[in-house]
Amino acid sequence: MVVSRRDFLRSSLGLGTGTALGSLVGLGTDLTPAMARAQELRIRNAQATPSVCPYCSVGCATLVHTVDGEIVNIEGDPRSPHNEGTLCPKGAAIYQLHQNPNRMTQVLHRAPGATEWEVWDLERAMDRVAELVKETRDETFLEQLPDGTRVNQTTAIFALGGATLDNEWNHMQQKLMRGLGVVPIENQARI
Amino acid sequence: MEFSDCVVIEGSNMAECHPVAFRWPMKAKAAGAKLVHVDPRFTRTSAMADVHAPIRAGSDIAFLGGLIHYVINSERWNGDPFFREYVVNYTNAATIVGEEFQDTEELDGVFSGLMRYTGGVEEWPFDGFLGRYDPSSWDYARGPDRAAAPGRRGPPFDDLIRSLKRGQPLRDETLQHPRCIFQIVKRHFSRYTPEMVSNVTGCPVDRIVEVAETILANSGRERTTAWAYAVGWTQHTYGPQMIGCCALLQLLLGNFGRPGGGIMALRGHASIQGSTDIPTLYHSIHGYMPAPSALKEHATLSDYLRSEASAEGYWANMPKFLVSYLKSMYGDAATPENDFGYDWHPKIIGDHSHLPMFVAMAEGRVKGMLCIGQNPGTSLNASVERKGLRQLDWLVVKDNFLIETATFWHNAPEVENGSVRTEDIQTEVFFFPSAQVAEIDGSFTNTQRMLQWHYKAADPPGDCRSDPWFTHQLALRLKAMYADSELPRDQGIRNLVWDYDPDEPHEIPGEPDPEKVLKEVGGYYTDDPDRHLGGFGELRDDGSTTCASWIYCGVFPEPGRNLSKNKEPDPPGTIGAHLNWGWAWPANRRVLYNRASADPRGEPWSERKRWVWWDGSRWTGYDTPDFALQKPPTAPADPNGIGLDAHSGAQPFIMKPDGVGWLYNPAGLEDGPLPTHYEPAESPVANPLYSQQNSPVLKYWRRDDNRLAEMSEEYPIIITTYRLTEHYLAGAMSRWNPWLSELMPELFIEMSPELAAEKDIGNTDWVRISTPRGSIRAKALVTRRMRAFQIDGRIVHHVGMPWHWGWEGVVTGDVVNEMTALVGDPNVSIHEGKAFVCNVEKA
Ligand code: SF4
Repeated sequence: MVVSRRDFLRSSLGLGTGTALGSLVGLGTDLTPAMARAQELRIRNAQATPSVCPYCSVGCATLVHTVDGEIVNIEGDPRSPHNEGTLCPKGAAIYQLHQNPNRMTQVLHRAPGATEWEVWDLERAMDRVAELVKETRDETFLEQLPDGTRVNQTTAIFALGGATLDNEWNHMQQKLMRGLGVVPIENQARI
Repeated sequence: MEFSDCVVIEGSNMAECHPVAFRWPMKAKAAGAKLVHVDPRFTRTSAMADVHAPIRAGSDIAFLGGLIHYVINSERWNGDPFFREYVVNYTNAATIVGEEFQDTEELDGVFSGLMRYTGGVEEWPFDGFLGRYDPSSWDYARGPDRAAAPGRRGPPFDDLIRSLKRGQPLRDETLQHPRCIFQIVKRHFSRYTPEMVSNVTGCPVDRIVEVAETILANSGRERTTAWAYAVGWTQHTYGPQMIGCCALLQLLLGNFGRPGGGIMALRGHASIQGSTDIPTLYHSIHGYMPAPSALKEHATLSDYLRSEASAEGYWANMPKFLVSYLKSMYGDAATPENDFGYDWHPKIIGDHSHLPMFVAMAEGRVKGMLCIGQNPGTSLNASVERKGLRQLDWLVVKDNFLIETATFWHNAPEVENGSVRTEDIQTEVFFFPSAQVAEIDGSFTNTQRMLQWHYKAADPPGDCRSDPWFTHQLALRLKAMYADSELPRDQGIRNLVWDYDPDEPHEIPGEPDPEKVLKEVGGYYTDDPDRHLGGFGELRDDGSTTCASWIYCGVFPEPGRNLSKNKEPDPPGTIGAHLNWGWAWPANRRVLYNRASADPRGEPWSERKRWVWWDGSRWTGYDTPDFALQKPPTAPADPNGIGLDAHSGAQPFIMKPDGVGWLYNPAGLEDGPLPTHYEPAESPVANPLYSQQNSPVLKYWRRDDNRLAEMSEEYPIIITTYRLTEHYLAGAMSRWNPWLSELMPELFIEMSPELAAEKDIGNTDWVRISTPRGSIRAKALVTRRMRAFQIDGRIVHHVGMPWHWGWEGVVTGDVVNEMTALVGDPNVSIHEGKAFVCNVEKA
């Protein structure tokens, strides 16, 4: 399958909404023109921003190359004492976590019993989630056990996730949950 | 690892799962080090190793126990005075254990103190315990009690800490006393001979001896050996004991606190270390303090400190850590009069970890779930987890792609096969698209405890938002809803400090300022928030310091100096620890307990292994010393002292109450003071060492859809699971990525040519794999990388499967976790995903 540079850029910039499997796999096999372009830009006028690989725990440092605010390339940071500029296949593909037409960019909502998603406005969805959290917390809050032990908590909301996410988020999430009294908080470190 | 003379990789396929880190053992190898790989499979790690020791999955304690047995009975270990000097001074080998203690050798596989489990509360019947130990008989024999009278209630809490003093442990530095730990260890492993270990593990005798000789030759004054493990050691019903067994061996070999030594935990995720330190985990609060619990004596702040702090060692400072944490939670509302808001802080009422939460969810006990960056739709005993999701009133999924957890109601296997109807699923589901790493500012903590900052390079597309944005926006809304509540139960959220709005408007409206978050984690002076804390030595227990995480204290020592942003590597050719690249907790130390890199007199053990030493007036070296900087090696211990005063200048393990490394754990573990070989919860083999088959205290959640296989012909094959280089975990970050998916498109099962011949299976044939929980299909990969093992006189087959697939994404495949069980370790509730049993048939 031949993919023109224009097609590649269109899908890689997330403008194309189609997720046809064939064309994606096809793209994986023919990157030469795009790579050449990325290299060129990196040298000429791309801006390099230091970042870190979000996959495994080795913590390989990366450089993110952008042109006009658009990510064009991500590669290993040669200064890093961990990876000395190298990356493994996953690290080398961080670019596609960002520039990927399969990526969702809208909030979706599925009503109870519904068979399809509905696109929702971001603020509306946030308002609804806050309302549900409050409702569930208030309905299930346990101030004390029958023997009088004060516990001020609920086990009816489960907060899951965190090991691939920033320290700052982990702090905020566990703080908000504990502030509310939500005690079931877990991430991938458990399993 | 670059400084190691030998690296043993066990419970990890480092070359494929931590590929870039593997360059360091390879560099060591290029400089002459030996590389050993202990694993059921012959992987790319084995291919690079000098020695590959094949053992069946789950038999590592037998293997390590065999090494311990060999080492302490060897001529080299008994002949070189280094080992005795290290072990007598830096470990609890000389400490004497109380008379009541009985070992597994005496009780045929259990320790003294085993009881039926009667704990837990009615409100939370999901703890999963079958049995439990009363650990009181495991304690040291002690001299007269030295506790001071309770005295005044804090702050300051010094009187409280002094009241926790206990009698000094009794010691015999000749290591001859029959109840000294060295002798107990020696007896405990006396039957772990190479022949017995070969019988248990399936590893040939000569290979066991070769590994033992290799580590002995590469440990000592001049040489160090390192161990590396990954989830191959954690996903068992006795995972912490495997790691403890390795620690025991490494302490006996004098390999802790020294360059090129130690045990490297190769963790799986970019910030899994961070999310453990900053615990989005139910059982702990910041900096490894246990979560307040209704099941322990935690009713008040003083009760909590009394049951969790220790009079000796660095944990004597817990009042400072806890009070500074509570100040970070409740700010000005946290006062000495109200115990710094301790009562507002929720208490756990049992095990609220992943496995019991999904059991509770499947039973309709959980109403809502926020799932951010995790994919339980394909997780353990996956059909039970999805049953749980169907019982929820609401579910929020926040991720990059539409992962299985978001679409469980639409096209999960049970929906596709008609046993569940979408219309009957009453869960309200939200999907929020996420910003990715290069689109946000923030820090990760890697597996070496190092924080590294990543910068925002581009805006996220559409409605994609960062995870901090989501939690911040949720918090702002909830804070507003509770702002006027006078109800006592709402005072925690009402008083919760939430001050993360950026000073300058962010390009993405509503984004919080991550440096404000990091500042709160690292800490500042309460009355002058612009004065940041430089290190945990500055923490106070009176509320004058605010610090969420004492171990991260110092990461942001002054405004504008976020040390996780450091990017200055050491110049090429210098010996050093790259102290200006990122920032590692605690206090930017790279090797923990590094006082042990010097001998008791403070001299380097050898020129070759010089790391941290006493220069006559202070501790200095290539790393930040992990010791009181001015405390001379000759300083005596103060028997009445608290904190580090109770330790001498020659006790390197400053977090331990007795200042030494523990060969034997007198307290702290649920399943015994020493590691003992048990069979996995499911095994085709009867335990060759004891009549006790499994850990007597493992956790198991009994349900019809969580049946365990009996030892029988129905499920005779050992199965283990693992990761591939090209995919990531449940696939959420790789299966939608065309490059990676093309490299590794399909699920497969690896099996030996012998098993394939027995089952008439050819390479690439479809195979059906079954356990009592589920049955899936995969293509056969018939390969010499897998082998059958000779165990206890018979052949046992072994297969292995990667587990990255699901029904969504660019490439799809069956969910391997349909087959796993909800059964886990009693200390940490990790499931046993690395060793269970199955059957295999041509499909
Ligand atoms: S590039 Fe590979 S080895 Fe490095 S952090 Fe990423 S996943 Fe791990």
